[in-house]
Amino acid sequence: MTGWLGPGAIVVALAAGVALGVGGYTFVYARGASYLTNDPTACVNCHVMRGQFDGWVASSHRAVAVCNDCHTPPGLVPKYATKALNGFWHSFAFTTGRFHEPIRINARNRGVTEAACRHCHAAVVEAIDPEPGRRGALACTRCHDSVGHLH
Amino acid sequence: MALPPADPPRRGARLRFAGLLVLATLAAAGAVALLVNIMERKSEARHPFYRVVELDDRTEDPAVWGKNFPLQYDAYRRTVDQVRTRFGGSEALPRTPTEADPRSIVAQSRLDEDPRLRTMWAGYAFARDFREERGHAYMLEDQTYTERQIAARQPGTCLHCHASVYVPYMTQGGGDLIRGFEKMNQMPFAEARQLVEHPVACIDCHAPDTMQLRVTRPGFIEGIRALKAAQGVKDYDVNAMATRQEMRAYVCGQCHVEYYFEGTDKRLVYPWARGLRVDDILAYYDAAQFRDWVHAETGAPVLKAQHPEFEMWSQGIHGRSGVACADCHMPYRRVGALKVSDHHVRSPLLNVNAACQTCHNWPEDELRARVHTIQQRTYDLRNRAMDALVALIADLEAVQGAGRGDAALATARDFQRKAQFYLDFVEAENSMGFHAPQEAARILAESIDYTRQGQLALRELRTR
Repeated sequence: MTGWLGPGAIVVALAAGVALGVGGYTFVYARGASYLTNDPTACVNCHVMRGQFDGWVASSHRAVAVCNDCHTPPGLVPKYATKALNGFWHSFAFTTGRFHEPIRINARNRGVTEAACRHCHAAVVEAIDPEPGRRGALACTRCHDSVGHLH
Repeated sequence: MALPPADPPRRGARLRFAGLLVLATLAAAGAVALLVNIMERKSEARHPFYRVVELDDRTEDPAVWGKNFPLQYDAYRRTVDQVRTRFGGSEALPRTPTEADPRSIVAQSRLDEDPRLRTMWAGYAFARDFREERGHAYMLEDQTYTERQIAARQPGTCLHCHASVYVPYMTQGGGDLIRGFEKMNQMPFAEARQLVEHPVACIDCHAPDTMQLRVTRPGFIEGIRALKAAQGVKDYDVNAMATRQEMRAYVCGQCHVEYYFEGTDKRLVYPWARGLRVDDILAYYDAAQFRDWVHAETGAPVLKAQHPEFEMWSQGIHGRSGVACADCHMPYRRVGALKVSDHHVRSPLLNVNAACQTCHNWPEDELRARVHTIQQRTYDLRNRAMDALVALIADLEAVQGAGRGDAALATARDFQRKAQFYLDFVEAENSMGFHAPQEAARILAESIDYTRQGQLALRELRTR
């Protein structure tokens, strides 16, 4: 019996430890914890969102909504699931440099934002939506594309 | 008793071990890649540039500035590219160099593309040689070797916009920009040419200590002061009073404008004292009784419009919305953590993604189609206005041949002057109507109407 602490397991443990250590350090260095907060400045940690952030600072929504209000769904689990999903793909795209310029919102995230518009402005939306319940037929941001931030 | 031999590790366990090892290794490598990338971005954001040379108000050579600002300088050098768009841009044509003109590549001749231009400009140097404009990199070379230099004696004034003249003006004026400007205006072109070395350079638009945009061209400093005075703003000092966003258009408006040479001093003047519209500018010229030349076929005292991009833009929706030249012709691009103005100044049609999509959330093809629709309509209207003008010139010539005196022809000649200036205002403007679509269409429609009135005046003469 070599036990589960055999030479092979030690190598794996070391490798995993290195990965964890480097990963942990990267997390701290990149201010990873800030992404768990509601603070909009966390979204400009990585420079790519600078234009959007600057636009938001000058926008009508600055006083009433932060990034998370429009870009994450309500509820603890959906909210952090969205953060995790976007966090992973943003890190991947921005590290490899493979992304479209100017950056574009994807379909899932657009849905999140659309729901946020409709939630806060429910009274107005109910009065004007010709097809309630059918999403995509009429999108708020198709016309109001600069209320949160330009571009 | 000997220990029983250890069980040979099972195949599955070995595989699991290898798999875990590979996974852990990949995770570590991925984390390091991310870490290094974040470090690079952080350091780029901390140091947007490194000052490796000192720049002062006499540093003319853009290559020296380029040591501090390599990203901007690299892009700036790319204005050598010759690319066509549907209605503009230049094509590189081979040419056999001669002693008088050593260029081995030139742009296509606009006169050969549209021979009606020769009729419109008959008797003027532009009827001899007029090629499609190339990029900034060629401004000095192309002005030095154009055959217009042979057709007529050109003054040193031309260099105001065909070379980096800030340092030469300051040197010639003993530290006084305006005095240097006046001095070089009065020199023959060849003499003034010896004093300049570079096409437009960094120092023409940037202050060397702060990199802030600044206007260095006396023509614009005086022109915008006259325009603002007409609008009720006294003693306008562009470098002290313009906003940053205004400066992103004004630095281009230093040269991409309508102008004329005033008096025997050949002082460069932007005719804006009554406003920027074509009507205001023609009224200014009429009041000053200015003419660029006398038309060789009709004897009309006519005007040549010159690339009035700044004026046309000011009448369009982009200008009205505060979108500056640089927003579309030098859009921001991302280099690492940095946001850099693209100093490869060019047609937005060659860069729709960065130039248009930043504000207009439509596919590239759709945006391009919108621009082409505007340009095609303007082009069709321009062609009709051109046909009309050529017909008026032929009619005037015929009546003149019938022995009519100058006095009788004055009305028709004035209509030729008007029609021609309006048409040329759109023709010489480098956007084929895009900078202000409705304004361009209005100008062309009025040009056609002036031609019509000119022909009516001639009909009256014939029947009298």
